[in-house]
Amino acid sequence: MRKTTLGGKAFRAVLFVAFGLFFLFPLYAMADFSTRNLIAGGRTLQAWKNLVADEALYAAIVISLLLAVFTVVLMLLILVPTMIWVRLRAPWARGLVEFLCLLPLTIPALVIVVGLRNVYLWVTYFLGESALTLTFVYVVLVLPFAYRAIDAALSAIDLKTLSEAARSLGAGWATTIGRVVVPNIWSGILSAAFISIAVVLGEYTIASLSGYETLQVQIVLIGKSDGPTSVAASLATLVFGFVLLLILALVTRGKRRDTAGADPAVAAPTTATQPGVPT
Amino acid sequence: MAKRIREALPLLPFFALVTIFLIVPTVTVIFSAFFVDGAFSLSRIAALFSETALSALWKSVLLSASTAIIGALLGAVLAWLIVSSPPSSILRRAVISLCSVLAQFGGVALAFAFLATIGLNGVLTIWVQQHFGWNLAGSGWLYSLSGLILVYTYFQIPLMVIVFVPALEGLREQWREAAVSLGASTFQYWRQVAVPLLTPAFLGSVLLLFANAFAAYATAAALVSQGSPIVPLLIRAALTSEVVLGQSGFAYALALEMIVIVAIVMVAYNLLVRRTARWLQ
Repeated sequence: MRKTTLGGKAFRAVLFVAFGLFFLFPLYAMADFSTRNLIAGGRTLQAWKNLVADEALYAAIVISLLLAVFTVVLMLLILVPTMIWVRLRAPWARGLVEFLCLLPLTIPALVIVVGLRNVYLWVTYFLGESALTLTFVYVVLVLPFAYRAIDAALSAIDLKTLSEAARSLGAGWATTIGRVVVPNIWSGILSAAFISIAVVLGEYTIASLSGYETLQVQIVLIGKSDGPTSVAASLATLVFGFVLLLILALVTRGKRRDTAGADPAVAAPTTATQPGVPT
Repeated sequence: MAKRIREALPLLPFFALVTIFLIVPTVTVIFSAFFVDGAFSLSRIAALFSETALSALWKSVLLSASTAIIGALLGAVLAWLIVSSPPSSILRRAVISLCSVLAQFGGVALAFAFLATIGLNGVLTIWVQQHFGWNLAGSGWLYSLSGLILVYTYFQIPLMVIVFVPALEGLREQWREAAVSLGASTFQYWRQVAVPLLTPAFLGSVLLLFANAFAAYATAAALVSQGSPIVPLLIRAALTSEVVLGQSGFAYALALEMIVIVAIVMVAYNLLVRRTARWLQ
């Protein structure tokens, strides 16, 4: 690693290009394919116009966006107070909460949907037959990602001092959480929200097997007759998710630079490697 | 006691949600695999040993194992490329963030990405056809097991990069210096220091990738619309047509099979991670 010869450099470059081609070419192919006019040849933007013009697809896009918003709101309303509470007042439950939050990583979504039928009989009985009832199970699905993001943010602040200060000044629990703690873990909340949006917009397993027409379900349906439109919708979802994560990377990187000195957990992995690898 | 209850009360919404939408479905699956109409029965479990189910299981294991090993090897190479490049370089940061996006890029979009590339009218298919006269999409291999292996590799490599880069970064430069000052060559350093240190992390990652592929559904479902070569697709068939093999509730047994296999793999993964954490802190 220390002495990089010319041959070594060329070898590395070749490897990088090979990996780059494997990962980026399918993305380029999606852009190319979705603008191709299969019948007359040449280029057309019809597939992209269909995202709004095709009524079923447009309705599915709206449903998926609403689901994303509802999931984020419900997830934050439930998870943030719970995580703050177990750190401050109920430490005995902290291990259990963490275990339950990470459990969906071990239980495949496919298993959940198989066992979900009876639960959803009750849900639709109380709330009616709407794709938006998927919100509940989607909150469970995004728990591991949201938990990690918020947990990292909570670990970076002195939660106990902050809340004691707020409480001793007469703030109730709602004010303490909403106006003191939340502004301090903003970056964690933001990343939890963005990752959840990306997960919900890409979710296919549960929606399709429960028979609801979300964006991904509609994409697969359309794909049977109109390939370019499906590819355009897939690429649009992907680009949207990519932009979200890019914004997130920019936001949290600025944050990280501010707190790099104060937070050893964030600073350690990068500094540890720096001496080892010369430019 | 009253204090305990007051402490537990704010946790109620969280526990209620997780219980209803995660625990109850999982318990339902386990329970229904053994109980038919309230009576204990092994008939659903027995259906797991039918030819269809065994062949699906074998293909699922084959798919998961091969993509885990291919993904782990190539991902380790890419992780090494990243770690050995300057830590501040834009390329390094870009590759790591791209990997974290692509590792999540399973599902329907990935299936369509490959259809657009090497499907019947795919961009690469047409290009190769025009320039070399080969038919890349010939015989529809993309919709078979070998096609799934290629497509799964696409999200396995980035996942490997994400989990393996921290292990590589944990290799201290001092260990290499110590080895070199004791007269080791670069090859000897890798052979006798780095590789033994990294082996638990590598094997752990292989297990994680295996579980990741074994539980994946959306990509395969979008790509393969007919037939059920692998376990997740057999579950789809059992769910959508209740009469597969004349056995309603077959899906419960298959789902249980999936829970058991993923759980075993994840427990082994956690054991290996704990072993790795001792060294690479």
